[in-house]
Amino acid sequence: MTTEKTTTTTTTTTTKTKSKNPVPNRERIKMPRQHMPEQLPVLRAQQFTEVNLGYSEELARQEAIRCLECAKPTCVADCPVGVKVKEFVQLIVEGDFMGAAAKIREDNVLPAITGRVCPQEDHCEGACLLKKKGESLGIGYLERFVADYEQQHFDVKHIVKAPPTGKKVAIVGSGPSGLTAAGDLVQKGHSVHVFEALHEVGGVLVYGIPEFRLPKKIIRQQVDYMRAMGVDFETDVVVGRTVTIDELLEEEGFDAVFIATGAGLPQFMGISGEHLNGVYSANEFLTRINLMHAYEFPKYDEPMVDFRGKDVAVIGGGNTALDAIRSALRLGARKAYVLYRRSEAEMPARAEEAKHAKEEGIEFQVLTAPVEFLSDGKGWLTGVRCLKMQLGEPDASGRRRPVPIEGSEFDVPLSVAVIAIGTTANPIVQSTTPGLNTNKRGYIVADATTQRTSRQGVFAGGDIVTGAATVILAMGAGRRAAQGINEYLATGQWDQTIPALPNPA
Amino acid sequence: MFKIVNAQFIAPGIKRFMIEAPRIARKQQPGQFVIIRICEQGERIPLTIERSDPERGTVNIVVQSIGKTTHLLNSLETGDSILDIVGPLGKPSEIASYGTVVTIGGGVGTAMAYPTAAAMKRAGNRVISIIGGRNKDLVILEDEMRGVSDTVFVTTDDGSYADKGLVTDKLRQLIENGTRIDLVLAVGPIPMMRAVAEMTRKERIRTMVSLNPIMIDGTGMCGGCRVLVEGKSEFACVDGPEFDAHRVDFAVLVQRNAMYRDAEKRSMDQYRLEVETRKPEAKQAPTEAVMAGCALEAKQ
Repeated sequence: MTTEKTTTTTTTTTTKTKSKNPVPNRERIKMPRQHMPEQLPVLRAQQFTEVNLGYSEELARQEAIRCLECAKPTCVADCPVGVKVKEFVQLIVEGDFMGAAAKIREDNVLPAITGRVCPQEDHCEGACLLKKKGESLGIGYLERFVADYEQQHFDVKHIVKAPPTGKKVAIVGSGPSGLTAAGDLVQKGHSVHVFEALHEVGGVLVYGIPEFRLPKKIIRQQVDYMRAMGVDFETDVVVGRTVTIDELLEEEGFDAVFIATGAGLPQFMGISGEHLNGVYSANEFLTRINLMHAYEFPKYDEPMVDFRGKDVAVIGGGNTALDAIRSALRLGARKAYVLYRRSEAEMPARAEEAKHAKEEGIEFQVLTAPVEFLSDGKGWLTGVRCLKMQLGEPDASGRRRPVPIEGSEFDVPLSVAVIAIGTTANPIVQSTTPGLNTNKRGYIVADATTQRTSRQGVFAGGDIVTGAATVILAMGAGRRAAQGINEYLATGQWDQTIPALPNPA
Repeated sequence: MFKIVNAQFIAPGIKRFMIEAPRIARKQQPGQFVIIRICEQGERIPLTIERSDPERGTVNIVVQSIGKTTHLLNSLETGDSILDIVGPLGKPSEIASYGTVVTIGGGVGTAMAYPTAAAMKRAGNRVISIIGGRNKDLVILEDEMRGVSDTVFVTTDDGSYADKGLVTDKLRQLIENGTRIDLVLAVGPIPMMRAVAEMTRKERIRTMVSLNPIMIDGTGMCGGCRVLVEGKSEFACVDGPEFDAHRVDFAVLVQRNAMYRDAEKRSMDQYRLEVETRKPEAKQAPTEAVMAGCALEAKQ
């Protein structure tokens, strides 16, 4: 049990044990990054099986050997949950894969998931010293390898947790933030109960991220691991409707509640024709496909518009947009476009996803802004009218603002359009919890280090606090919340300036 | 798993289920609904809550066989279970003392109108209920409505029972007779709700309708249930299901509800075929069949 650490660590104590890496540092710099084996684009564009196939033991060790074992590992400092990258990579070099898994689990309870969907290029790999010399260490690939290895060799006896504290914590939402907090809190000996509104545990991991990027099997395995750790899950509970936060605290005996309800309502564009049949929000589109298995219709009952031979576009440039359009392609779309109003450099999607999408034949139409959905007169979509854009001065986000080019209208014929331009706060919990402060956009206000809200005993984190972000940032909030809750449960004090206290276990 | 403690047909093709769901029973208010999923391969569909019993921990839903899912559900019996029921969803009806409230239930919509009518009565309103069906057999919950209304009018399209005509004919009569009406709540088929809206718009009578668009999660996450309300998107699951009838674009609602007509027909045709071909061995308990992966067996 060495889970007590802060996420803001800037240095990690250098391991004094001598490196077991057989290759001298100057040689390691010259070694190429091991490629991730992938399904061929022509094959994968037709099926939902995972694109990346994973490292073998040999590939993993060869890649791990490249690590420079920096005295002050920047990769660790840049990880939102503080995974001890250098240490777990060294364990891979030594061939101790289960040891590496345990090392990751000290900071990250969902390694098989982050190993697949975390934007490593913005965190650990972006900070990797090797990147300056060429290609960064494949930290995400290594994490994935270790997590999958652990899954194959899992035994309940590997689970380590503190003796029971007698405290009960409710987690609202079973997405990455909620699961992370649940994992950390159960390890500290608290009784943890997770409420999920949908019928399956996993939140956005299940309804949002497609099978070809994050197989459902992987999520179920990680959730089963948490069940084995003692976490209780209750599906079909919409907190705010089925039970309120106050009822959880006052009637159901929970000592603390963590609100991790995630991204909220899909945003629409407010342009003409948005109600036409064939226009979807990305959330609905992906939920039908992922959660409800519409791609297996009629084996599964949830229907979906038939994509075969039809032209489909997604509007937006984030990971959600790419997930949607790559799904449409797999459902048989003839042409699949990404319509994005800025240039490719500003696209928020992960570089790897954009690369995969292009390999599969998805056409990127950048500097393109839809202004109107076109109809067949019978309520069905036939296309989208767009304006060409050019980049102007940087806006509040620091990215160059797209400016319409006058008279540049053109039409793209389409049968299906998916709007993936972001989300707004879901109001259900906030509107049913008196005294819970929100900001002007409706997101819950929470302390940045303890995740405490304006209500005693109530913590919040993830997208419901920050607005839409990434899996790993939500997990970081879950970690901080778990620490905040742990401290609160140990002291019973509700003071924003309370100092950190040792683990009650 | 949620147990069906009682199931019985209350009209041809319309079944009332009492389902063990203590959390929902405790919280349900008039105007709210649930989403159910029968089995692993099942779709999620929104259904009306007719009433709930917080003491027993049960909720009643009333289901009309229309597509595959409702047919499959209506083949389940007392003692069977469904995989998921979630709720209560949506905003409750705004219950207040308005004066005279007319609650209109068309077909199975009466099950949704009933709890609101009861709450309106308890809040001190004079409640006039108009319920209708295509024929005598399809008029449901008449006794229940009588129990909570000052006056109940019943109409049948074919005149096989009570007054021949539509519920809107009765509403028109009330208006023409000079009956003071402070609020109308209409629940039923879209053409009926639209006709009510047109009629009361001219009279400037405040009118609420409970909408039933296509829905998946019921928490606002997917936006599939968006309805056009005075040119703006609103979500039936979080902003509704009740909306001011005079602001709703019914044409868009009709158009969106037809989005999966082909797929729905395909599912239903396949279901019928399976039920017919498997009839002899279909005697096993539906729960087993359902748990074996949403198999299409039905006791018929």
